[in-house]
This record gives sequence, C-alpha cells and structure tokens, in this order.
Amino acid sequence: MKYLLLKHYRGGPTPVVDYEPMDRWAPEEVDEHIRYMNEFAARLQETGEFVDAQALAPEGTFVRSDGQGRPPVTDGPFAETKDLIAGWMVIDVESWDRALELAGELSAAPGPGGTPIREWLELRPFLTEPTTVTE
Amino acid sequence: MNDAVLRELVPAVIGVLVRRGADFASAEDAVQEALIRALETWPEDPPRDPKGWLVTAAWRKYLDTVRADASRRGREVAVDAAPVAGEVPAIDDTLHLYFLCAHPTLPPASAVALTLRAVGGLTTRQIAAAYLVPETTMAQRISRAKRKLAGLALDRPGDVATVLRVLYLVFNEGYGGDVDLAAEAIRLTRQLVALADDPEVAGLLALMLLHHARRASRTGPGGGLIPLAEQDRSRWDTALIAEGVAVLQAALARDRLGEYQAQAAIAALHADARCAAETDWVQIVEWYDELLRLTDSPVVRLNRAVAVGEADGPQAGLAALAAVDPGLPRHTAVAAYLHERAGDLVAAAELYAAAAHAATSVPERDHLVREAARVRQQLRS
Repeated sequence: MKYLLLKHYRGGPTPVVDYEPMDRWAPEEVDEHIRYMNEFAARLQETGEFVDAQALAPEGTFVRSDGQGRPPVTDGPFAETKDLIAGWMVIDVESWDRALELAGELSAAPGPGGTPIREWLELRPFLTEPTTVTE
Repeated sequence: MNDAVLRELVPAVIGVLVRRGADFASAEDAVQEALIRALETWPEDPPRDPKGWLVTAAWRKYLDTVRADASRRGREVAVDAAPVAGEVPAIDDTLHLYFLCAHPTLPPASAVALTLRAVGGLTTRQIAAAYLVPETTMAQRISRAKRKLAGLALDRPGDVATVLRVLYLVFNEGYGGDVDLAAEAIRLTRQLVALADDPEVAGLLALMLLHHARRASRTGPGGGLIPLAEQDRSRWDTALIAEGVAVLQAALARDRLGEYQAQAAIAALHADARCAAETDWVQIVEWYDELLRLTDSPVVRLNRAVAVGEADGPQAGLAALAAVDPGLPRHTAVAAYLHERAGDLVAAAELYAAAAHAATSVPERDHLVREAARVRQQLRS
C-alpha cells in the first residue's frame, strides 16, 4: 500500500512544540536535523519501503484557463496562503499501522536543543488501480 | 568486456547501418535493440568480434522492422539483406552523430537524451533513471527528437559550440541512477577532442577534468555542500588536475581563446592554490574580465563580483555586485557572503535566510539555512 507523507510549512493543526525557523537554530542543530531526515530516507530504502521524496520551492502560483484562445490567468504567489506544502515522501508499506509508525518517526526529527519538533505530517493513502479479479 | 567498451562501439555501428542505406532514426533504434540484447547475453556468451556481432544484430533488427513496415503497407520493398556499401573509417560517422544529436533545432533536454543514447550508447532505461523520468517518457522524448531530425543529412557539417553546450549540460547533471553523468560527459568530450580540431573542445575537457578533480571534497558525509574555501584540498585528485592543466595549456598555446578555455583557466588557478588563502584572485579577476568580453553573461558578472570581493575587498565586491541583475539565482547568496566579509552580520544573516528561501536545490537550500544559522549564532555571542 502506498502512502503520501505530506509536510506543510503552514496549515494543519496547531503545532505542539513551538520552535523558531531553522535559520535561527544553532548550526549543529541544523546539521542534526538534516542528518535525521537523510538517515530516515536511507533506512526506508534499505527496508524496501521508500518510493520517492521531493522538496518544493516555498512559492507557487495559481493558474487557470481563461477560455480558448486566451492566455491562462495566474494568481499569486501569496505570502499569506493558509496552507503551504513543503514537500513529500511516498512510502510503500504493509499496513496503515506501519505508515502511522513511520510518519510518527519522521515527525520526531530533532530541533533546537535536540528536542523532537513533533511537527504534524499529513498521511494520505493512494487510491489504487482496480484489481484484475473484481467479482 | 565491460559496458563502457560496449558503449564505445555504438556510434560506429550506427554509422555502419547509415552507410548501408538505413535512415538515422531506424538505424539508431536498431542499434539500441542490439545493445540491449548484448547487455543481456554477452556476460554469459561473449562474442569474439563484438563490433561485428553488434553490426549483424542491429542490421537484422533493422531489416525485420523494414520488412514488417513494408508488409503492413501491403507492398513490396526491395531490401537487400547483404551490405550495400563497404565499411569506412568510423571517425567521421561519429563526429557527424555528435552534430546531429546536438542539432540546434532540438530542445536541450532532447539533444542531451539523444546524445547519451546514440553517441554515449546508454539505454533509454539508464537515461530515464538518470533524469528521474519514466522510461516511456524518455523513449517518447527520443523518438520525437529523431522525427524532428528526419530529412537532415547526416553528413552536413555542424556547429561545435552546440555540441559543447550539450556535453556541458550532461556534465553539470552529475550523478543520477546507476550512471555517472559527469564521467560520461568527460568520456564523450575526450572522444570529441580526438575528432574535432578546436581548442574550445579541449578547453571544455580541461574544465570538466578540473571540476571533477574536486568532486570528493565538494560534499560532506551527510551530502551537505562544502564551499571551495573550506574543502579539504588533500582530497583533490592531483592526476586529474595535472591532466586538466596540460590539456588547457596545449589549448591556450593555439591562441584561439574561447569561453571554455577561460573558465578552465579560472578552475586551474583554484586548483593551483595549496590553501584558499593562496588563491591568486587578481589573476582570476583578469580571467573573468576576459570571459565577460567573450560572453557578456550575467552569471559571469555575478561570479566576477565574488572574485573582485576577494581580490580588492568586500566593498569593491559589493560595488561590482551592484551592476549585476538582482533577479539572478544566487545573487542574494553572493550579497550575503560579501556583507558577511564586510562585517555587516545583521544584513548577512537576513540575506542568507532570503537566499535559502530562493534556493533552487535542496543541498544549496540546506547550506544557506546553515549559513544563516551560523551568522546568527555569531551575532548572539
């Protein structure tokens, strides 16, 4: 079963740990955080559960069609957007429980003073292809 | 026989098929099929004459395809199974393949993909993995590129500059999948040096060798970026540096300066310094001035501002930076660095954080976040 682990810069429930933006941490704390993230991904590659991880630039633009023969209309980027996706990891695991366990582990990445930041991650199951045998 | 030797045969085999009357697109497809079969069967059953094996397998594949097309169309097409032309030296064929694959009508991503397949002898699967796109997408990109080239003669002389741009793009992509694109770009440029009499080709080879020599020292254990000044210079590959410098000197001696030779000269000056403090920044600025005369590129202007900051002090660097388009990627990062050197830590911290926000790669972003954190820590203490 594939799941999307979605990391938000903003949006989602109220954070439980109040921590400053990363550029205000000590440099060693930044290193420690990045190392934790890399090791997490490397471990999932070893267990055969890793599919993909991507990070997004912090600004995007909304686009929509303005009708045939006209250039598309854009809106944004918005500094004040309520929800801001930072990136994602896709995992392929045995069960929902395993997905929960891994999301919990990723959320416990260390922050200032080595304290886990316990950030909210959004866990979304992928819709699957229909199976060959359905009846 | 290893994969690299097998891959070296690919352009020559395409050349043979084209000489026998196949069109480039079909010949390239047929050789790709033969290559995939070779990769599967040769480890168990290596042929005595690898090139002959590839030619035979590719030619059969080509004939099968032509016959299948002909019978689909329901009419007779006379295809002789025997070779129609004698074998000719492969050198010109390979050079023409470089020109064709880097044809200026192709978008850069297509030119890169086609070059890696037809000249580099990589499989579609390997190229797709290296550029992180699905194999079917890469296959489509390659066949669309070949359709665009249909009707262009293989023997038309091309522009070396477009070939060099494509090779430089491949080099800059670095690692991807199981293929080392930087090493592959060096192999293809090395081969081109032997085929094309142009000091800029040698200039590009020298530039690649000098950058490649520093690769091991460029990233830390966690994959983080290590800037040039902080790199462990004992980890630089001295053999590659010596080769790069020799190739560059031979090119410069021909007195036909171009942008790749000038860039290589700058890389050579960095490679020459035993520690960062020994860097000859005055000469580096002179080479940047030369490079500006050759290209007038905004990126060169930006890098020149850094060099001026080292040669004449951070204030001079900031003055040089004032003339550079602030919309350039890395402009804010350079401004942060120069402000830090000038002692304005408050501005530097803000600029590093802003540069991290605008970064275009994860290692670059992480590095700049850390730089902001480092300067803020200095401010607190």
